[in-house]
Amino acid sequence: MPDNGLLVQMILGALLGLSVYLPMAAGQLSLATPAFYAVGGTLAALMATHGDHQGAISLGAVLWEMVVAGAFTAALAALVGLPVLRLRGIYLAIATIALVEIVRVAILNLPFTGGATGIFGIPQPFNQPLGYIALSGGLLALSGWGCQRLEASRLGRAMAAIRDDELATRCMGINTTRVKLSAFVASAALAGVTGVIAAHYLNTWNARQGSFDVAITTLAFVILGGSRSWLGPVIGGLLLTALPELLRPVGDLRLVLFGLVILLGPVFFPQGLITPELLERLGRWDLRRLKP
Amino acid sequence: MTAALLQILLNGAASGGVYALVALGYTLIFSVLGVINFAQGALFSLGGYFTFLLMGGRIGVNGALPGWHLPVALPFWMALLLAAIGAGVVALLVERVAFAPLRRRGADPLLSLITSLGAGVVLVNLLQILMGAEGYAFPAGAAALAGLPEALFIGGARIRTVQVVLLLISALAVAALTLWLGRSRTGQAMRAVAEDPTAARLMGINSGAIIRLAFLLSGMLAGLGGGLIGLSVSLAGPYFGISFGLKGLAVLVLGGLGSVPGAIAGGLLMGLAEALIPSEASGWRDALAFAVLFAVLVLRPSGLLGRRLLEKV
Repeated sequence: MPDNGLLVQMILGALLGLSVYLPMAAGQLSLATPAFYAVGGTLAALMATHGDHQGAISLGAVLWEMVVAGAFTAALAALVGLPVLRLRGIYLAIATIALVEIVRVAILNLPFTGGATGIFGIPQPFNQPLGYIALSGGLLALSGWGCQRLEASRLGRAMAAIRDDELATRCMGINTTRVKLSAFVASAALAGVTGVIAAHYLNTWNARQGSFDVAITTLAFVILGGSRSWLGPVIGGLLLTALPELLRPVGDLRLVLFGLVILLGPVFFPQGLITPELLERLGRWDLRRLKP
Repeated sequence: MTAALLQILLNGAASGGVYALVALGYTLIFSVLGVINFAQGALFSLGGYFTFLLMGGRIGVNGALPGWHLPVALPFWMALLLAAIGAGVVALLVERVAFAPLRRRGADPLLSLITSLGAGVVLVNLLQILMGAEGYAFPAGAAALAGLPEALFIGGARIRTVQVVLLLISALAVAALTLWLGRSRTGQAMRAVAEDPTAARLMGINSGAIIRLAFLLSGMLAGLGGGLIGLSVSLAGPYFGISFGLKGLAVLVLGGLGSVPGAIAGGLLMGLAEALIPSEASGWRDALAFAVLFAVLVLRPSGLLGRRLLEKV
């Protein structure tokens, strides 16, 4: 049974998995999740250490940080995404890799982000992991509910259509740039808000939190879980965050393992663990049970 | 003043030459398959470490086999050549595992971005397990470069011989490749596959073999770059190739995706631009390439010398 601290990390992993999944649901490969996660965490660290919170911080202040970080990362994503998303999918992948590097260098070099050591002593809103489980779990439940609603909405269907055939979707009169941008902005805001929780939970924040490795790890969540439904990245994030902790001896091999998932996943199990067929089977099972 | 400027420009051109090598590696594969091989940076690392090992370098204390070394100690030139071939062979392996299965299935080309990224991550981390995360400097004999002096004086500017060698080898490799692509029969076949794989196949061109050749060559370019940078500044851990790989992407976009002259011009420009950054702002140097990348994407997405982007229905 995983302890509470691990459970927080698992939920944060699931949230980041969802952030990578959203653009992918519209057929776009974005590797920018770590960049927005790092920006969100940095904002939280700055706001929390510059206010007059003496060692502790109220939940309300943390929620306010989440709102600010969400809005800021969303605006940043719109700014970055608008020129890039008019172009072919490959440009988004390249531009998002570039964004991760720019954010990393910026956090290392800006005069107020603490350089290589980062920002220390970020006040905590909770004394125990249980509070963080409630906060991040609540965010995960909210995001999952949002994604479920999205899949049935006009925007969600447009995203699925772009994923199948972008040109045909445009010919149907759908503004594909706007749909892709919406998915990218939502992904950024989710990563930024997750960064706020992570910064408080970890108590310290630095440039390494948003490194290229995080892009690999979070991508592995989505590839393992599957990107056909929002449940895929959530399951992938929960499982792959717990796995290296539970299999301690793996140690050094962690990134090799994630690399293998990304390398072999699309070849051997292109739909991931949570396939549409599996969901349908579960759905039927549910219906049978509900019938009198 | 002019001597100092000349020195900066020569240094910039030398690192620009390496960027051009990396970008050209991407370009070869992009022009044939229309995708980017994200494992290119890892191949660059491999080239550096292969060269180091072939010159008889010892594995450090954090590696899997501390103190182990190959029973040979080749001179730099030979080690570099063999390392480039080695990186080319690994590139063939990457093609086989990360690209070929998806191509056969007719999958979304975006998926091969993901698989090649995975291949790169696996390669770099295996390298890290074997060699440890520490940096390596090339054996002392390499720096002497077959009796050449350590530094040359050109018009009053002092420039390290290594930088001149770097620039010359890059220029030679780039020129040979450009000529070969344009003139030789195989080069023409490669361009034919790039234009239309099906039509090329109907004309009797073995497009599978052409694709493998593109991977072999691009892997060799990456390996060459890795070995040269290892000689010039040492190997700063297994991830050092990744940062060159990422900058190569920026160069690629700057020059225009799929354009050979664009990759060369973009590489040189990037090297010069980085060299001109004053030392007070050196912490920001690594961000310059990516800032340029964004500027290009906003102002001129087809790059400096790329063809205009037209989508076919």
